[in-house]
Amino acid sequence: MIWDVDVRKHFENSKRSFKLDVRFRSNARRLVLFGPSGAGKSQTLKIIAGLSAPDYGHVRLEGLALFDHLARIDMRPQQRALAYVFQDYALFPHLTVLQNIAFALHPGLMNPRRNVRHDSVTRWLETFHLEPVAHQYPEQLSGGQHQRAALARAVVAEPRALLLDEPFAALDRALRAHLRQELVELQSQLNIPLILITHDQEDVDCFADAVIHIQDGRTIEETVDHDALAP
Amino acid sequence: MENAWIALSLTLKVAGWATALNLVFGVAIGFVLARKRFPGRDLLDALLTLPLVMPPTVLGYYLLVVLGRHGPIGGWLQENFGINLIFSWQGAVIAATIVAFPLVFKSARAAFEAVDPQFEQAARVLRISEIAVFFRVTLPLAWRGILAGVLLAFARATGEFGATLMVAGSIPGKTQTLSIAVYEAVQAGQDDVANFLVLVTSVTCITVLLAAGRLAPGRIAGQP
Repeated sequence: MIWDVDVRKHFENSKRSFKLDVRFRSNARRLVLFGPSGAGKSQTLKIIAGLSAPDYGHVRLEGLALFDHLARIDMRPQQRALAYVFQDYALFPHLTVLQNIAFALHPGLMNPRRNVRHDSVTRWLETFHLEPVAHQYPEQLSGGQHQRAALARAVVAEPRALLLDEPFAALDRALRAHLRQELVELQSQLNIPLILITHDQEDVDCFADAVIHIQDGRTIEETVDHDALAP
Repeated sequence: MENAWIALSLTLKVAGWATALNLVFGVAIGFVLARKRFPGRDLLDALLTLPLVMPPTVLGYYLLVVLGRHGPIGGWLQENFGINLIFSWQGAVIAATIVAFPLVFKSARAAFEAVDPQFEQAARVLRISEIAVFFRVTLPLAWRGILAGVLLAFARATGEFGATLMVAGSIPGKTQTLSIAVYEAVQAGQDDVANFLVLVTSVTCITVLLAAGRLAPGRIAGQP
């Protein structure tokens, strides 16, 4: 089993009270969490990444417990080694594209230098056609370059899995189709599990080996593309 | 006139130390108050802001009571280390530090609160330790706001008068800073000395402001 997620979390603030109760098990290499905005998809992804702690339940990836309430396991996001691409990409505004991508390769207290070069960084810059903007700051990039830089930064650390929060929402239609294809290629090249969350049916059609539908904080159904999972 | 240069170097020494201390404590406490929730946070914030609104002489009096030979801290220092802070330049540093502290702490807190936590989360999933997240992401993104407060604090410490006079007195060459020397010169009717001291003070302040303008980074810290 690749993903085994069973989490509950209660959110409460002055404006609203929200119950997240998400359960799914899946062997899909490319899993899509599908549902309207505010359904709890992003929260689920944050819980998987360790950026938010659930009240109860467990999160397992290929048998490894990332979180287990009963066993008192709560791996820090640093230990989970999952790549996370934020909806608005969250590239560090004070670092160049090159420094952003090399970020995870420098574990110490200092950011990578502006003229830093690693083979893997160079390779990803080429793969994503980012060489011409390597020394620019994120605010100078186009939408597509933003997304590619965020992907490159996420995969350079060789993660166990790739988590993407609405990766195409900020892009126009034409670019979306193109970048979807790039992402499919990237996933098959890396061959690591991928979870993508979206409210766009086209993302589902393009990516999903399986789809988990989430509504009002609950998993309501699961559809599986059996051809994709056939051995 | 030679005394003026001694007063100037003493002023810069006191203000420099006060600014350095505030840089460490103001930034650390500003960060804790911006990011951690605990009971009494608002009260602590109010207490730490007090030096901004209290008359410096009142602060100076508090310091005398606490640091003086019979005070809780002063007595302990005297007994164990033979250190007496009253009427010393180190006492002047403590007075200037406390008076200027809210300027650094307030701007640091606001600057840290303005940093989008998503950048810190992005750094965490990239397997960077918590301390590295602070030094590589949080601090650089907040730096501009902090620097503004630090420069103001330096200016405030340079001009400190009331609390410094109460704690450190006005010993020429030892604790007599520029602002105190000006007061003493006017009191003694030495108008030429006063004029010269005022000129030196004004030039110093303008130099600090110009340096601040040059130091101030581009739109985002770290950018050329």
